[in-house]
Amino acid sequence: MTSKTPIHLDINGHRHELEVEPRVTLLDALRDHLGLTGTKKGCDHGQCGACTVHVDGQRVLACLTLAAQAEGRAVTTIEGLAEGDGTLHAVQAAFLEQDAFQCGYCTPGQIMSAVACIREGHAGSDDEIREYMAGNLCRCGAYPHIVAAVRQAALEVAS
Amino acid sequence: MRDFSYLRANSIDAARQAAALPGAMLLAGGTTLIDLAKCGVTEPDTVVDITHLKGLDTVTVDDQGAMIGALARMSSVADDADIKSRFPAVSEALWQAASAQLRNMATIGGNLMQRTRCPYFRDPANFPACNKRSPGSGCSAIGGVTRGHAVLGTSEACIATYPGDLATALVAFDAIVHLGDRQIATDDFFLLPDATPDREHAIAPGEMITAIGIPASAAARRSTYLKVRDRQSYEFAAAGAAVGVEFEADGRTIKDLRVALGGVATKPWRARAVEEALKGKLLEPDTVRRASLLAIEGAVDHGANQYKIELAPRVVARAILKVGETA
Ligand SMILES: Cc1cc2nc3c(=O)[nH]c(=O)nc-3n(C[C@H](O)[C@H](O)[C@H](O)COP(=O)(O)OP(=O)(O)OC[C@H]3O[C@@H](n4cnc5c(N)ncnc54)[C@H](O)[C@@H]3O)c2cc1C
Ligand code: SF4
Repeated sequence: MTSKTPIHLDINGHRHELEVEPRVTLLDALRDHLGLTGTKKGCDHGQCGACTVHVDGQRVLACLTLAAQAEGRAVTTIEGLAEGDGTLHAVQAAFLEQDAFQCGYCTPGQIMSAVACIREGHAGSDDEIREYMAGNLCRCGAYPHIVAAVRQAALEVAS
Repeated sequence: MRDFSYLRANSIDAARQAAALPGAMLLAGGTTLIDLAKCGVTEPDTVVDITHLKGLDTVTVDDQGAMIGALARMSSVADDADIKSRFPAVSEALWQAASAQLRNMATIGGNLMQRTRCPYFRDPANFPACNKRSPGSGCSAIGGVTRGHAVLGTSEACIATYPGDLATALVAFDAIVHLGDRQIATDDFFLLPDATPDREHAIAPGEMITAIGIPASAAARRSTYLKVRDRQSYEFAAAGAAVGVEFEADGRTIKDLRVALGGVATKPWRARAVEEALKGKLLEPDTVRRASLLAIEGAVDHGANQYKIELAPRVVARAILKVGETA
């Protein structure tokens, strides 16, 4: 019925032009149209957190955001987190060090969520980390290590 | 998800006009709309994105009360210092809802308009019978799995629970929904299912929520939202209670009390019988527990949701005792 419309997306500091149907979510635009497959599709209904990205610095779910809604906003995905020379973000390094994953499928979402969680000031205690990371499910049950990684990264970011 | 056309509104009037057309729907955070469009429950022809409208996302609090713009995000209202100090139940209802990501997306206006989580309602392919979705088609929940369904305010047509947390707090403190110039009490904004469960809100096509006003009160200042659920976080309420209390000068006699229930009724449920029973009484555990039983007057279960009838008064009592303690 409706035809494709051209949109511009600002992703990890790069401007992309693409033609998509209005119903295309930011998640599908990233994965299927731009080849940025770091952002994962889990439930596709906002329930698992695997598709967490930042829009204008806020963590949101790419599966419930239309690509068209992200126009004019700055999108950051897991691919945009490390520095240009490959130096990992403190949260990425902490996830490696604490062994905070098993299969790794939820990990990009966990990391994007954790970066925002720390920035929001919601990583003050293990209980607070658990509450504010609750939107990211891990079917392997790596939760204790995830909490440890967020705690470690929060301390590093603070110092 | 069926395709639709996307339109970005640049004024409130343009949004209202566009949304008045058949098949058009307002789009705010999208956390209900896009989810239900993927489920095949809502099939808009046009979505009218209102998130770029200016000036609708502010929160102002003064001695009269709070005015919250319809596009304010759940997360920013939950974290607002004045909301936390003058309306703690509102902040608590918000931060205990959904997840941090969803709260960054979801707006206050959209929050009031969220739909039931009844699993039959959400699954048209497997359960064509649902009076809320298609009036007259029947109800798949009655006689089905009812663990999350309502025990208060149900009808023969529908027993779906109103799932939201925020509205429970709003109803307790007499908040007003602003639809441009028209204003309506939150309690009247939410409709009982009766014979027309497809009509959930007192809002007409082409109307748009512009703000929520909450009058200041001593009870709102001393309030809490207690949410009991199957897991500790990121889950809808099995039963929730928004409660606020004001004491007489003696600090023990209840002058004003507000009680509303969530997670157990077909709409946010004000429990006035509990309020009346306790006004003028001393806040004591036995008195509070006995009066809290009035919260579920008239409750009817459908099997698996029977536990809610026992749970709800306990949640109410615990919430009242909790706000009473912090003298
Ligand atoms: C996994 C998950 C868990 C959740 N858990 C909870 C929970 O624990 N507690 C809770 O309370 N909620 C919960 N929610 C629901 C969530 O709070 C709502 O989806 C959200 O508040 C809706 O707001 P929105 O801005 O995203 O609305 P949208 O999805 O954009 O819109 C919802 C509806 O409102 C209409 N609308 C939007 N804005 C306006 C307006 N200004 N005027 C008139 N109509 C309007 C739209 O047309 C649409 O019909 C959960 C949701 C998900 C997906
Ligand atoms: S309880 Fe209501 S929403 Fe659920 S299937 Fe029955 S009619 Fe539909």
